[in-house]
Amino acid sequence: MREIHVSVITDMVERLCIEANTHLPQDVKCAIEGCRAREDGVIAKGVLDNIIENYRIADRENVPICQDTGMACVFLEIGQDVHFVGGDLREAVDEGVRRGYTNGFLRKSVVADPVRRGNTGDNTPAMLYTEIVPGEKVSVTVGPKGFGSENMSAIRMFKPSAGLQGIKDFILETVEAAGPNPCPPMVVGVGIGGTFDKAALLAKKALMRPLGSSHPDPFYADLEKEMLEKVNALGIGPQGFGGKTTAIGLNIETLPTHIAGMPCAININCHVTRHKTEVL
Amino acid sequence: MEKRITLPLTEELAQSLRAGDSILLTGTIYTSRDAGHKRMCEALARGEELPFDPKDATIYYVGPTPAKPGQVIGSAGPTTSGRMDAYAPTMMSVGARGMIGKGARLPEVVEAMKQYSGVYFGAIGGAGALLAKCIKKCELIAYEDLGAEALRKLYVEDMPLVVIIDSQGNNLYETGRAEYLAQTNA
Repeated sequence: MREIHVSVITDMVERLCIEANTHLPQDVKCAIEGCRAREDGVIAKGVLDNIIENYRIADRENVPICQDTGMACVFLEIGQDVHFVGGDLREAVDEGVRRGYTNGFLRKSVVADPVRRGNTGDNTPAMLYTEIVPGEKVSVTVGPKGFGSENMSAIRMFKPSAGLQGIKDFILETVEAAGPNPCPPMVVGVGIGGTFDKAALLAKKALMRPLGSSHPDPFYADLEKEMLEKVNALGIGPQGFGGKTTAIGLNIETLPTHIAGMPCAININCHVTRHKTEVL
Repeated sequence: MEKRITLPLTEELAQSLRAGDSILLTGTIYTSRDAGHKRMCEALARGEELPFDPKDATIYYVGPTPAKPGQVIGSAGPTTSGRMDAYAPTMMSVGARGMIGKGARLPEVVEAMKQYSGVYFGAIGGAGALLAKCIKKCELIAYEDLGAEALRKLYVEDMPLVVIIDSQGNNLYETGRAEYLAQTNA
C-alpha cells in the first residue's frame, strides 16, 4: 500500500492547469505545422501562420494560448494499491483548479447553475473522472476544454442496422454543422459503443490521445485516416474561410456495446487542443 | 494586401468594406459578450442609455483572461458570435455597426447589417495571445460584477481582421469555401 497525501494532487493539478493552458502539446504543434506546409490558399496560409505565431507567443511569455481557458477536465487513473491521506480527494482536485486558475491568471468560465447561471469565481468544480487501475501509481491528466467547440459536439443512438455508413455520415454531418464556429482547424474526437454516457466519455478521451497516434485495431485506424481525409475534403478550411485544413486530427475510441445499439458521440475541439499528463 | 482602417466605423467606411478584405484596425472598440449584451438590451428596452455611445461603435465579442502584472490585458481572442445574434439587430438599431467575433450569423443579423450598414469582422479564434498584442489600452466601463464578461473600452492598433460579412450581405464563409472547392474540383 502506497500512501499519497492529497496536497500532492492539489499541487500537480495547479501546475498542470497552468502548463496546459500556456504550452500547446508538441503533437498538436506538429500537426498544425504539417498542415501549414500543405496549405496553398493565401487566406488559409495567413490564418495558420497567425495560429503558429500565437502559440509561440504563449510559450515565450507564459500567457494563455486562448482566452477560453476552459472547464478543467481532470482524469485520474489511480492504482488500486494507493491510499490517499490528508483530506478529500475531490476537494484536493478542486483546490488545484482554484489555485491554478487564480495564480495562473486564467479565465474563470464556470457558472454555478446551468439555468440560473452565476460565475463560481474560481473555475471550480473540475469535471473529474477517476478510474481504478492495477498498481500503485497515479496518473493525472488535465485537459482544459473550451466551449466554442464543445457546443458543436453531438451524440446519436444509432440502430445497429445503420452500420459503418451511419457513423461516417454522422461525423461529416457534425463537422459540417460546426462549420466556422469551433475555430477550425479542429480536432474531432469520436466515441463509438458502450452506453449513452460512455460514448461521450470515449469521445472526450479521444481528444486526449496524441495526434498522429492510431487506434490499435487496424479497422478503426483505417477509419480514422479515411474520415480525416473526408472531413478535410469538406473545404471549410482554417477559421471557415475555405482551404485544405478543416481538421488537424481525428481520433476514434471504442468499447463493446449492447446487441440493440450503436451509440456514437462526437466531441469537437479547436486547434488549441490542450492536455497535459504527469504520473506520480 | 491588408487595408488599414481607423475607427469610428462611419456609414461611408462601412460601405467601402467587402467580404474577404484583410484589415488592420485601429481605434476604440468595446468588449461585450453574452451577459453584457443581455444587460444592454434590457437597458435599452427600459429606455435607458448604454454605458457607451453606440453611434458608429464597434463591439468585440470577447471575454479576456485576467491581465498579469505589467500587461494591458490578458489573452483576448474572439468568442462565438452566434450567441449574440439575439441582441445584434437591437445593437445595430441604436448605431453600433461593427462587430468582431468568429463563426456563423443568422439571416436576421445579416438583414439588419444590410439595413444599418453593419460590418462583421472575423478575428482568429484561438489566437488570444497574438490579439492581445494589438490592445494598447483597456478600461473597465461597466458591469464589473460580470468578471471576464464586463464591458471594457479598448484602444487597438493594427488589429488583424478579415471582413466576413459586409454591408451588402456578402459572406466569406460561403464564398471562400465555394472558391476553394471550385479550384479543387476543377
